[in-house]
Amino acid sequence: MAGSNPNAKPMNLTLKVWRQPNRQAQGQIVEYHVKDISPDMSFLEMLDVLNEDLLHAGQDPVAFDHDCREGICGSCDLFINGRSHGPEKGTTTCQLHMRKFSDGDTITIEPWRANAFPVNKDLSVDRSAFDRIIQAGGYVSVNTGGAPDGNEIPIPKEIADRAFEAATCIGCGACVAACKNASAMLFVSAKVSQLALLPQGNVERKTRVENMVAQMDKEGFGACTNIGSCAAECPVGISLENIAILNREFLAAKATSNNLA
Amino acid sequence: MLLDSKIPEGPLAEKWDKHKFNVKLVNPANKRKYDVIVVGTGLAGGAAAASLAELGYNVKAFTYHDSPRRAHSIAAQGGINAAKNYQNDGDSVFRLFYDTIKGGDYRAREANVYRLAQVSVNIIDQCVAQGVPFAREYGGLLANRSFGGAQVSRTFYARGQTGQQLLLGAYSALSRQIAYGKVKMYTRSEMLDVVIVDGQARGIVTRNLVNGEIETHAAHAVVLATGGYGNVFYLSTNAKYCNVTAAWRAHKKGAFFANPCFTQIHPTCIPVSGDYQSKLTLMSESLRNDGRVWVPKTVEMAERVRKGQIKPQDIAEDDRDYFLERKYPAFGNLVPRDVASRNAKMMCDENRGVGSTGLAVYLDFSDIIKRTGAEAVSQKYGNLFDMYAKITDENPYEMPMRIYPAVHYTMGGLWVDYNLQTTVPGLYATGECNFSDHGANRLGASALMQGLADGYFVIPYTIGDYLANTPPKPVDTNHPAFAESKAYVQARTEQLLGIKGNRTPDEFHKALGHIMWEYCGMARTAEGLKHAKAEIQRLRKEFWSDVKVVGTGEEMNQALEKAGRVADFLELGELMVDDAYNRNESCGGHFREEYQTPEGEALRDDENYAYVAAWEYQGDNQPEKLNKEELVFENVKLTQRSYK
Repeated sequence: MAGSNPNAKPMNLTLKVWRQPNRQAQGQIVEYHVKDISPDMSFLEMLDVLNEDLLHAGQDPVAFDHDCREGICGSCDLFINGRSHGPEKGTTTCQLHMRKFSDGDTITIEPWRANAFPVNKDLSVDRSAFDRIIQAGGYVSVNTGGAPDGNEIPIPKEIADRAFEAATCIGCGACVAACKNASAMLFVSAKVSQLALLPQGNVERKTRVENMVAQMDKEGFGACTNIGSCAAECPVGISLENIAILNREFLAAKATSNNLA
Repeated sequence: MLLDSKIPEGPLAEKWDKHKFNVKLVNPANKRKYDVIVVGTGLAGGAAAASLAELGYNVKAFTYHDSPRRAHSIAAQGGINAAKNYQNDGDSVFRLFYDTIKGGDYRAREANVYRLAQVSVNIIDQCVAQGVPFAREYGGLLANRSFGGAQVSRTFYARGQTGQQLLLGAYSALSRQIAYGKVKMYTRSEMLDVVIVDGQARGIVTRNLVNGEIETHAAHAVVLATGGYGNVFYLSTNAKYCNVTAAWRAHKKGAFFANPCFTQIHPTCIPVSGDYQSKLTLMSESLRNDGRVWVPKTVEMAERVRKGQIKPQDIAEDDRDYFLERKYPAFGNLVPRDVASRNAKMMCDENRGVGSTGLAVYLDFSDIIKRTGAEAVSQKYGNLFDMYAKITDENPYEMPMRIYPAVHYTMGGLWVDYNLQTTVPGLYATGECNFSDHGANRLGASALMQGLADGYFVIPYTIGDYLANTPPKPVDTNHPAFAESKAYVQARTEQLLGIKGNRTPDEFHKALGHIMWEYCGMARTAEGLKHAKAEIQRLRKEFWSDVKVVGTGEEMNQALEKAGRVADFLELGELMVDDAYNRNESCGGHFREEYQTPEGEALRDDENYAYVAAWEYQGDNQPEKLNKEELVFENVKLTQRSYK
């Protein structure tokens, strides 16, 4: 079956892939060759081709995380040619298509590199540190039942839209991988901003930012030095402005904190 | 076995309230003595785990993802229905109930659907309180849009990412309970068996996907929230990991499987572009609010488009056939999904399809862009248009989208009673993995509604009724049933690793998907289904002698995971074919070519098939036994669905 572009020519590529059997083992870059790659394939479909080849040859396929392949679940997390999710701006690995590469290219594929994201195997890393940061306060404490009518809390459209922009973070970790300090500030700031902007989040505003920042530090993420590569590489365009909001929220909370611990 | 749906007595509108009063309660001090396992952390599972923990139960939650935030609920785009009537356009609980029953082509249970419509309003309130950023009007109140199969605007949304925002809401509630220690979260853990002790579900067996360890977990009750089985078709809009394994293992342990042939083919997906294709991408149904569906009027014109000799933009208005608007003037482009899909297929069968393969129709936005400008359209659908452009390398602001139907949702699933309990006491099924609310066709924006209704507002009540009758003694995994289940799982893993054949799990999966799509997809015939059954049996035999998996079970082994899931799909596929063969009528997504009206619409047989087909496992390689739950309609009149 032809692709959507009948003029596109299939490509042959050299892949340099990080292989590491498990967390404890030493890893290394291994070179592979893939042939007849359609430009209409997604990057992960190209890796599917590699893995089918490897399996047929009796070799261990490359482990990588992926699921929805629509750019929304945040599972896929490849560091391609030195960039989070590869060369295309505003795109997750699963939505990156091979038409962004050329016949004969060599592509280097690594896992996210950060102390807080240890490797499970090959290209799959453990991002549970993000979950623990949310558990530290990334929620509104409201039990099921007893919520007031949805229209009882009018929220100006402009505020709702800004909260939505912050809420679109998919938790993939590209920001951490892109940062030379492996800082998680953009991720944390997105959730802090969303809930700080909305009236629902107001009650726990101070403790939330204090606890989430404390957990972030505990997980071993680096400090933010305002380089901005996180926002530049974020596949869903989370704005650097959120980090400014986080800093302001944090300062305000610390200056007036009720949290004596 | 007699199927007792346990529908409460009394008038429709009072059933749920009465039932909530009549169910037994567990007193607050005793709740902490009960352990509940929840498998799956999507909308249904995440909401259930959080809500049960808030009540005081000890919850163990399981997901095969690296985080509970990744479940496929996250990919739902368009919205969630609720009978709020904020638009003053005539909506009500009864109308949502009625639309859902009719949309499901009268094959859903009235009492369940009414309850769903009732709690729909609570869902919106709950999500707003959690900080879910729904779309709003300039006055600060919640915005709505319309969706297929309804003539009121009752769909709440968060741009094209409603599922994501609702799931992150449930995830935040779940995270809070994890922090409190009321939920113990097991990530990268795949459920591979249910453990039954003295006829009651008492635990599960899981495989740790990082180190391969097979683990056993005990509880007083088990809730499955493991999603649908659309990936039996290989190509679907489901995420790659979606599978039937948890539900299928439950089925083999005694849970009946209901209406497996009821699958939904979504009309607006990006067409297949090549053999390498790993999944299909949905373009939200909300696009049909403003997009107009058409094909060229003549075969000759379509031929020229397929060859690239003319562009769709250059085809004159008079040479276009807006077939949905022509055939269904009342609902137009907003007919339900099954109707829209079938009509797209009919156009392509008439050789009027477009795209290089001829398996596509146009979804055209030029009118709305002319009327309101590209900026306004981008505000509404920006992320969908971007996604389309990325995948196809075409700009939908300049030329119409090409779309084609694809497998999207499965209305069938584990049979449950009104309490969402399966035929195994103590085993519950919620969300897409049960069969209960959508009949033979689900309306758009109703999956999110059902997942959250089950998780937040139904299971917390109904599971208490069961637990109140269960002694609060601690449970453990010492019973021999646990060792037995564990041994079964280990043996199966070893078996898959030991075959050392020549074909990969994906190759088998693709072959199965091809059979299912060809013979059990948008149109089915008795003859085709017979053929499919034989083909699936042959393929399954080949699988167990020729599948190739390398490595060991004691490590992260994604090929092994796939092989296990494909093995279960091969068994499910045959049951789907049996079910479709048994149902000698057309209804909703189940279209048997032998049964259609002169206009080509689905022709139901209410006299003989107004029942739920609940299949009972009888052992390996034995035909399954058909049990029937008669559907009684006291509040709606069964009519031929008309969207004209």
